[in-house]
Amino acid sequence: MSSGLDRRWIYLAMMLAVALPILWNGVTGKTFPESPTPPSRACFDAIEALPEGSRVLVSFDYDPASEGELAPMATSFMRHLMHKRLKPVVIALWPLGPTKAEETISNVIKADFPDRVSGRDFVNLGFQTGNEGVLKVIGTDFRKQFPVDRSGTPVDRLPIMEGITKVGDFPLVITISAGYPGGKEWVQYVSSSNPGLVLLAGVTGVQASQVYSYYPGQLRGMLAAIKGAAEYEALVSAAIDGDGVTPPRYTEARRRMAPQLFGHLLLIGLIVLGNAMFFAQKRFKAVAR
Amino acid sequence: MSRSIALLICLVGGLTMLVSPFLPMATGWANDVTDWFNILAAMAFVLGGGSLLKVQLMRLSSRGPGWGYSAVTLVAFIVTLWVGLGKVGVVADPSAPAVAWSGKADDEGSAFWWIYLYVMTPITSTLFAVLAFYVASAAFRAFRAKNLEATLLLATAFVILLGRTFAGVVLTGWMPDWASGLRLENLAVTIMDVFNTAGNRAIIIGIALGVASTGIRLMLGLDRSYLGGDA
Repeated sequence: MSSGLDRRWIYLAMMLAVALPILWNGVTGKTFPESPTPPSRACFDAIEALPEGSRVLVSFDYDPASEGELAPMATSFMRHLMHKRLKPVVIALWPLGPTKAEETISNVIKADFPDRVSGRDFVNLGFQTGNEGVLKVIGTDFRKQFPVDRSGTPVDRLPIMEGITKVGDFPLVITISAGYPGGKEWVQYVSSSNPGLVLLAGVTGVQASQVYSYYPGQLRGMLAAIKGAAEYEALVSAAIDGDGVTPPRYTEARRRMAPQLFGHLLLIGLIVLGNAMFFAQKRFKAVAR
Repeated sequence: MSRSIALLICLVGGLTMLVSPFLPMATGWANDVTDWFNILAAMAFVLGGGSLLKVQLMRLSSRGPGWGYSAVTLVAFIVTLWVGLGKVGVVADPSAPAVAWSGKADDEGSAFWWIYLYVMTPITSTLFAVLAFYVASAAFRAFRAKNLEATLLLATAFVILLGRTFAGVVLTGWMPDWASGLRLENLAVTIMDVFNTAGNRAIIIGIALGVASTGIRLMLGLDRSYLGGDA
C-alpha cells in the first residue's frame, strides 16, 4: 500500500518544496531571523578575540559537491577576518580546495577589500597532497609542505609568512571541510599536539554529528551545516552592517534556510504519511483475517 | 626477501612515528617518514590513473554491460589529463608574458579552468543535490515506527529536523524562559550535545583502541594482509 505512491510525486513535491522558497527569497529578499547556538557563537567570539594583524590559517578542505553548504561559511569567515583586519593564510588538503579558495578571495577580498595585498595581507598557498601526513609535517615545519604560494613565489619572500615556522605559530586555525581529510584530522593531528592553538571547523551536516564530539575541547567553535553557516552569517552581518542592508552575496546561507525549512517539513510529512499508510494496511490485514 | 624488506620498512616507519612525540631528536626522523608517505601518496595518483585506464579499457574491449560509461570515463580522463598537462589555453603569467606556458594550468581562462567550472562543478553539485530526492523517497518508504527503538529514532529525527529550522522557533518559541530547554531548537542542541556526543565518543575511543592494536600487529608482522596474496 505504502509503495502505491509513485516516487515521481515525491520528487515533484521535493522540487516544489525547495524551488518555491528560493523564488520567494529571490522576489522578496527576505530571510528568517537566526538566533546563534553556542558552537556558532564560539566561532564568532574566537575571531573577535584576536588582535588586529594576527595571522589565521584557513584550510579549504572541500570541493564543488559540498559548495552549497560550505561556500557560505567560507565567505562569512573571510569577510569577518578581513573586517577585523586579520591576515588569512589559505591552504587546501583537497585537490579542488585552492580553486574554491580563489573564488572566495575573489568574491570577498578583491570585491570589498581591494586595498589588501596578496602576500602581505592574505595569501593562497594552494594544495598539498598527503592528507594527515601534511598535517603531521606542518606541526613542526610549515615551509617544508608549503614552500611557495600559488603563484610560485617562495614563502620566504612573503611578509605575511614572517616568523611562521610551524602550525602552532598561528593563534587560530579554521578548517572548512566536507569529509576526509577534514575537521576530525585537524583535531587529531594539529589541535591535540598544540594545546594553545584555537581550532574552528565548518562542516557539512553529514560530518557534524561526528565532529561535534570534539566541541568545545579540542574544537573551540563549529559551524554545523547550512544552519550553522546561517547563524554565523547573521552574527557577522550584525557586527559589520548593523541595521544597514547586507549585500546579497553575504546572505547566501540565510537564503538557504527557507528551502531547508520546507524540505524538512516535507520529509516529516512523508514519514507521517508513510507510517499512517503502514499502520492502516496492518489494521486492514488484521480485520480481513 | 621482498616481503621481509616490506615488513622491515613497516617496522622502522611505525616505530619512528611512535617514538617521535617522546624524543625531540626523533622529530626530524618522523618528518622524513611522513615525506616518504607523501611521495607515495603522490605516486598513488599515477597508479590510480593507470588502474582506471586498465579497468575501463578492459570493460570497453569486452563490450560488457555499461561499456558506454567506460568510453565516457576514458574520454573525460584523457581530455582532462591532456588539457591539464599540456596547459591548453593557459594565459601567460604577467611576470613572463613572452612565455606562453608560464601561467598555471587552472588559471581563469584556461581550458582546465573551463572544464572545472562548466563540467565538474555542475556535475558534482547535481549529484549531491539529487540526494534530497532519494532521501525523501527513502524516508517515505523505510522510516517506520515498528518498535520502541524505531519510534525513539523517529522522534529524535523530528526534533532535529524541526529544531534546525525556523519551524522550531515558530512552534515552541512561545514557551516561557523557565521551560526554554524544551524549545525545539534547544532540544536539538541537547540531543547533539549529550546523546550524540556520548555515543560518538564511545565509538571514537573504540576505533582508537582498534587502530592501536592493528598498528602493533602490523609492526610486529602479525598482520600481513597489506602485502597482498596469502602473506
